[in-house]
Amino acid sequence: MSGKGGVGKSMISAALATALQADGDRAGLLDADLHGPTAARMCGVKPMPLAVADGAVRPATGVDGVAVMSMDLLLAEGAPLAWRGPETDGFVWEASEERRALREFLSDVEWGPLGWLIIDLPPGTRRMLDLFELVPELTGVVAVTLPAGAARSSVDRALGLARQRGIPILGIVENMVGYRCPQCDDLRPLFPGDGGRELADSHGAPLLGRIPFDPDAAQLADGGSLAELLEATHCGQALRAVVESLKSEVESP
Amino acid sequence: MKFLCVPCDEQMEFEERSLPGDGTLAAVFRCPKCDHETAMLTNPMETRLVSSLGVSIGGRQVPEQPMEGVRGGLSGGREDAFADDPTSAAAPVRWSVEAIERLDVVPRFVRGMVKRIYTDWAKEQGIGEITPAVMDQARTDLGLEEM
Repeated sequence: MSGKGGVGKSMISAALATALQADGDRAGLLDADLHGPTAARMCGVKPMPLAVADGAVRPATGVDGVAVMSMDLLLAEGAPLAWRGPETDGFVWEASEERRALREFLSDVEWGPLGWLIIDLPPGTRRMLDLFELVPELTGVVAVTLPAGAARSSVDRALGLARQRGIPILGIVENMVGYRCPQCDDLRPLFPGDGGRELADSHGAPLLGRIPFDPDAAQLADGGSLAELLEATHCGQALRAVVESLKSEVESP
Repeated sequence: MKFLCVPCDEQMEFEERSLPGDGTLAAVFRCPKCDHETAMLTNPMETRLVSSLGVSIGGRQVPEQPMEGVRGGLSGGREDAFADDPTSAAAPVRWSVEAIERLDVVPRFVRGMVKRIYTDWAKEQGIGEITPAVMDQARTDLGLEEM
């Protein structure tokens, strides 16, 4: 989760699920960003119908074995999320429809025995609140932020909401902490600030990792090659370190 | 939501519902004591709102289908998004040409689920052939507001 858009939540969620799956833990990825779904693409899901059998929908499987459920798998190419009904006053029921969609993604999908279910939340707090109500005993939330102050304050509010609802904060991931120069390999800052550390300190949560911006990684994620991203990029190295920190955090008593 | 017959101080019982197919819904309630009837009519927006909350007026008559909210409510869904288990639909119930034509109007996104619901209902009723009239009856009996 983040509270702020454009911080890289989806890429980080998909990469974490892929890394966990590669470590031998069965991982699922639920894309709760119903309006801007990207999980299926990032996980390299090949377009094919979802099987419906025995009263449940089977999730898609990404190229690296991650079980995926995303609105991306259901919407026609280029179609925006829209619900059937009268053309006016959609705001009256759309929130209910979206909440029901999230519930069905959780309850009507045969996820099977998972070690981890990573849920990628959209910006803002509405879907986060839906999730907290649908799954009151969440293991916890991981917040993704940028170093800059503007992102920090949005994420701070979202984390405050999680704490208010008694949801454990597993840690903070600071994304786009710098740009690695392709010539000298130096990490140069992209944004001013130290938002990840500040958030971690103010919420008493660990800073799980700091991820550098990496155009190669972005390209690999966009092309559904997350295993390669994790193996062959600086960004991937940092993400694997996040996975180790996250595991320690979840497994610690 | 409950209705009360004020003179009898009795809770009214659900009697029947009607779905004309234009998004409106009519539900009739009867007082068990004096037989007085009252009807509730919802406009398309109200019907949609009630449906989005997962409420089935008059009670649920058909088992919940997997992801039926998304499949019934999504507009612009991929036609081949779901592959429904064909075994349950492959029942000894025939579909008339007119009924198939009508089923073809249902978006493919949700058609497999709709077909299975109608087929299961017809089997339960001992109906050998599904016609548009049978579909109308099933829609009303099952409260399939969106199908």
